[in-house]
Amino acid sequence: MKKILSDFIVSENIHLNDHYILLKLTTEAPLPDMLPGQFVEVRIDDTPEVMLRRPISINFVDKANNMLWLLVHLIGKGTFHLGTLREGDKLNLLFPLGNSFSLPECPSPDSKPLLLVGGGAGIAPMLLLGKLLADRGYRPTFLLGARNKEDLFELEQFASYGDVCLSTEDGSLGEKGFVTQHSVLDKKTFAWIYSCGPKPMMMAVARYAKSHGIECEVSLENKMACGLGACLCCVEDTKDGNQCVCKEGPVFNINQLKWQI
Amino acid sequence: MQRRSSIQYKSTEMADLSIKLGQLDMINPVMTASGTFGYGEEFADLVDLSRIGCIIVKGTTLNHREGNSYPRMAETSQGMLNAVGLQNKGVDYFIEHIYPRLKNIPATFCVNVAGSSIDDYSLTAQMIDDLENIPAIELNISCPNVKQGGMSFGVKPDCAAEVVAAVRKVYHKTLIVKLSPNVTDIAEIARAVEAEGADAVSLINTLMGMAVDAETRRPLLSTVTGGLSGPAVKPVALRMVWQVAKAVKVPVVGIGGIMNATDAVEFMLAGASAVEIGTANFVDPSVTMKVVDGIDEYLNRHGYKSAREIIGALEV
Repeated sequence: MKKILSDFIVSENIHLNDHYILLKLTTEAPLPDMLPGQFVEVRIDDTPEVMLRRPISINFVDKANNMLWLLVHLIGKGTFHLGTLREGDKLNLLFPLGNSFSLPECPSPDSKPLLLVGGGAGIAPMLLLGKLLADRGYRPTFLLGARNKEDLFELEQFASYGDVCLSTEDGSLGEKGFVTQHSVLDKKTFAWIYSCGPKPMMMAVARYAKSHGIECEVSLENKMACGLGACLCCVEDTKDGNQCVCKEGPVFNINQLKWQI
Repeated sequence: MQRRSSIQYKSTEMADLSIKLGQLDMINPVMTASGTFGYGEEFADLVDLSRIGCIIVKGTTLNHREGNSYPRMAETSQGMLNAVGLQNKGVDYFIEHIYPRLKNIPATFCVNVAGSSIDDYSLTAQMIDDLENIPAIELNISCPNVKQGGMSFGVKPDCAAEVVAAVRKVYHKTLIVKLSPNVTDIAEIARAVEAEGADAVSLINTLMGMAVDAETRRPLLSTVTGGLSGPAVKPVALRMVWQVAKAVKVPVVGIGGIMNATDAVEFMLAGASAVEIGTANFVDPSVTMKVVDGIDEYLNRHGYKSAREIIGALEV
């Protein structure tokens, strides 16, 4: 997939709460096809303390309006800067990067449901993945978790592509507890699990998948520099040796990883 | 060298950007630093590889190396630390699987050669000597991220001389030697490798550094220490290029925090015949093209006809 380096214009910078934003970006050239789980590397300008680009997963591609959505957790100097962007500001993106979640063929009548587990900022890539699965005729189950109801977003859109189950640590929305404690895991049998979120959550999801014999893919977020597989900084220790999360990942089948699960 | 008026001699014609390092002919002085540009292919969508003076590919060792554990990188003020540890699949793999692809790309490639013994270096160099489309190697005697060897060869003049002498015996093309800044007197090392037949020296490799997370009380790199690169090291690099350029007759390649054409010109004025772009490739993957164009623009604006005219043209 051809990599592109280009300036985008901020159409909207929606402050969802004081530590999450939804950046809607547009560009002159029509957006290429992008795969679910892929990411962009955003250049952070005008901040002397931030030099490297920041990898941000693709939340959604609004083809009708030629817009790319990034759901960003404001967590450090680089992302804080993204929080200050205003409508009309320019943002330089390197994209689309990385591999993608595996998209299954169209469903057959006896296909078991697919489970998409997103935690915290890890809910971001699940929207595009859910949309593409819905386009293929699936009705996936989304299991989305956060600390509290303020950190769960885009729920109406998720609901338009599948069934939505929610977990919050404080019980302010959905079931109280972690995603892996949600009752949907006891009620349904899934064919495939896709997951993105904090590593402890993904490891718990991977443990569930492994013990139930379910295929499972997780999206990692190791610290990276180039985003192109050149600098070898972001490696994950896999059964095939050190692999670049930016190029061979960010999505890995849990069977490839050396996680102690 | 007399400075010329920028107005009187302003020209829109391309200046002559070509540079020669030993027997290596480059169309311009812009090279890519080893480990920051992969094998060039990774950047092929974003850069016209044929417009780069020379692409120095990832450090290659005799045997496969897995490198250090994650985390290998930490961003610091105006720079970054890395501790990749020369991850590569070894010279046999390079020759069998990577070189056949590179030789079909219209670009100039040089291989960075690293090792942990003199035999490692000379065997690897000898194997690369046979590759028709690789006109040069850069001998890495300065990697700070490998426990055995690497930098240990580059911090003492006699060790540096010994490894260069051994490689010179078996390697017949252009031999560039990459020097470590983690020494008391870099000019002394440069003179030692020049005496053993180095065709050029490149400097600086990364400066040893360290970063700490106060909240977790842990180092940010798995190896605790790593190599610092980026704009933070540029003044140190510029000073060392200046010192080495005065100490040796062979061409000097300037490396260290070059982010744009102005930085590159500064290194050339300080005595560098060419420059390597490293960390900047991570910030702007197309930066090499901008540096080539920017050097040309600088030369035209100042009335120079050739890039060679500004080498060491610093007025002090």
